[in-house]
Amino acid sequence: MNKTFLIARREFLSRVQKKTFLLTTILLPLLIFGFYALIIYFSVKTGDNIQIAIIDHAHIMNDISVKQKGDIQFHVLKDVSVIDLDKQIQQKKITGYILIPEQYNIMGFDTLSLKSDKSIGLLTRDKIQKNFSDLLEEKRLMALNLSKKQIDSIQNANTLQFTSLEGKKDSDAKAGVSYGVGYFSGFLIYIILFIYGTMVMRGVMEEKMNRIAEVIVSSVKPFKLMMGKITGIGAVGLVQFIIWIVLVLGLTMLLPLIFPQLAQQTSNLPMQPGAMQAAASMKNNGGIHEVMAGLSTINFPLIIGTFIFYFLGGYLLYASLFAAVGSAVNEDPQDAQSLLLPITMPIIFAMVIMTKAVNDPNSSIAVFGSMFPLTSPIVMMARIAHGIPEGVPLWQLLVSMALLVGGFLATTWLAAKIYRVGILMYGKKPTWKEMWKWAFIKN
Amino acid sequence: MSAILQLQHLKKYYATQKAVDDISFEIGAGNIFGLLGPNGAGKTTLLRMITGIIYPDEGDIIFDGKPFNPMDDTIKIGYMPEERGLYKKMKIGEQALYLAQLKGLSRSEALSKIRFWFKKLEMESWWNKKVEDLSKGMSQKLQFVTTVLHEPKLIILDEPFSGLDPVNANLIKDEIYRLAQQGSTVVFSTHRMEQVEEICNHIVLVNLGKKILDGKVQDIKQQFKQHRFNIAFDSTPEQLTHPSFEVLQQKNNEYTLNIHAGFKSNDVLQFFITQHVNVVAFNEILPSLNDIFIRLVESTHSAARSFQTVE
Repeated sequence: MNKTFLIARREFLSRVQKKTFLLTTILLPLLIFGFYALIIYFSVKTGDNIQIAIIDHAHIMNDISVKQKGDIQFHVLKDVSVIDLDKQIQQKKITGYILIPEQYNIMGFDTLSLKSDKSIGLLTRDKIQKNFSDLLEEKRLMALNLSKKQIDSIQNANTLQFTSLEGKKDSDAKAGVSYGVGYFSGFLIYIILFIYGTMVMRGVMEEKMNRIAEVIVSSVKPFKLMMGKITGIGAVGLVQFIIWIVLVLGLTMLLPLIFPQLAQQTSNLPMQPGAMQAAASMKNNGGIHEVMAGLSTINFPLIIGTFIFYFLGGYLLYASLFAAVGSAVNEDPQDAQSLLLPITMPIIFAMVIMTKAVNDPNSSIAVFGSMFPLTSPIVMMARIAHGIPEGVPLWQLLVSMALLVGGFLATTWLAAKIYRVGILMYGKKPTWKEMWKWAFIKN
Repeated sequence: MSAILQLQHLKKYYATQKAVDDISFEIGAGNIFGLLGPNGAGKTTLLRMITGIIYPDEGDIIFDGKPFNPMDDTIKIGYMPEERGLYKKMKIGEQALYLAQLKGLSRSEALSKIRFWFKKLEMESWWNKKVEDLSKGMSQKLQFVTTVLHEPKLIILDEPFSGLDPVNANLIKDEIYRLAQQGSTVVFSTHRMEQVEEICNHIVLVNLGKKILDGKVQDIKQQFKQHRFNIAFDSTPEQLTHPSFEVLQQKNNEYTLNIHAGFKSNDVLQFFITQHVNVVAFNEILPSLNDIFIRLVESTHSAARSFQTVE
């Protein structure tokens, strides 16, 4: 049997058979899901509770008695005493009340005051402010004797339609969804590189400290040992992520069933800041249908295909570097920290470029980041979410892929050389200069 | 006796020292061979080159008549490094199986051999235990089994008895003899001289990366003998001065003598026989390997290596 395969199988099985693997693989998505379910539960609960009473002595809201605006319900009352309302606030029946005095001039600049219990959150204040202003604005426009149609035209916010050169409709929802998908997949690769890279490094350190490395390299070439380890752990990562994605997707679909009244708002869960943006744009454009349309314009087979490619490429590129660092350090795990810095820097740098690239996939920094092999796995995901050729021209994608393959061959070659020497070296932590020398020792 | 391993002018230089500096020797098949040297003499580097873990900068290794090829020849070599290592969290049976498969045995072949050895060394109950549950001596035993499991032609043991109690040390020693009888060649690396004297029939001593001694244990002892003899009488001899010898030590009626160059043991005996004492014992004192070792290492003025610059 192939020795690299034997090593990979041991690395895979010894990790998958651990109880901690099952725990993290199954419990983590459940925890995330439970966390979001809680957030939604509470946000919904507070949303129902805002009741504002308006005592309209100026008779400007004669035509309404109850008005629902967003989460807030305005009750227009006429014959209620202030003392009565104070009592209602204390009994938590209403959140607060606004008194409009008799001499209030709707076209003036007077400020009204809202009396309430002391505790109104910042977000709720904002909402009340905005919705009440909207209400007043409507009344002001009506006071100017405008027709319903004229008012609608003034309030119309959809004055611009974004279209690409090819004439495709480029809606806000689509841009939002692209942003969300790009951010999410880029972030995922960022996490993968860190989690599984350090896993490879720890595995190598363990082998070196247990001194088993010397036994094994007397039967197997160090390169095979390193590659076996990297493939084995890569397979663990792939399995773990597939389970996570299936679980998270499955649970997210369950969410509307658990909170049926929320179906409208929550089917696009704010899992990531990017998704939040998508949700925000959804609100502006009024509707889930728009988002669904946005989602359908995203080329998922393309995204999933490139995701797997950049996941594997990025992992292979960095895992061998992590392995090299693991082989160079000794008993003191602190040593690993300083040696890791040059490896983690480009990953973090890539993350920074990625947050730019999701907003502006064709900026020069995004183009550079998606070409350079050390950053391309993360940055390219942000661009590809915007589609071909809007986000990234095909030739750039192909060049980036070729560079990534070349990059991982180069780092693996370099890392294997350092690894081969480092795994048998004990004693003090090597300097960068020494490690550089190891890479170019003959044989 | 044909040589299973020939080292020809091996060199390995590291940045700060010449770890192995032009060493050549050969190891005959079926021998129990001792590779000796003080700490840092270059033994481990030498062994790593023989096992194919690292490559020499210069020189050739001829294994079993052909140039050494680490890829094909590892199955014929069993190596137990000085710093023992096993996967702590792995079950013992699986671990032995894994290491045997890495050597190139098939699964079924490996399983039957592991069962054989585990039974022989009374380790059958260990199968599902983890290495972290074993004592130091027990894991040593396991390491030995994984080293010889694939019946290698060349077995290389770096300090094999450290950490073993006398009972288990004897158990392993017997196995080493048995393996040598069956035709395996055993290379020992140690600085425990009494073990070498007991087990090995051929030794090489290295220091500062160079070979300083090479030969059969008996020949070496002859070579380094200092013409010292033990003589015992039934009563005190009247005269003790004669040009053929001088007395080094006296204990009751036993004397240690140094016979001067140009004289033979019979000259001494003749001198005493003519006196009114009976010689009850007379034997030559051969130096122990320990003495030879200390003498040679100290004469190179360096028990520990100092760093040097290698161009």
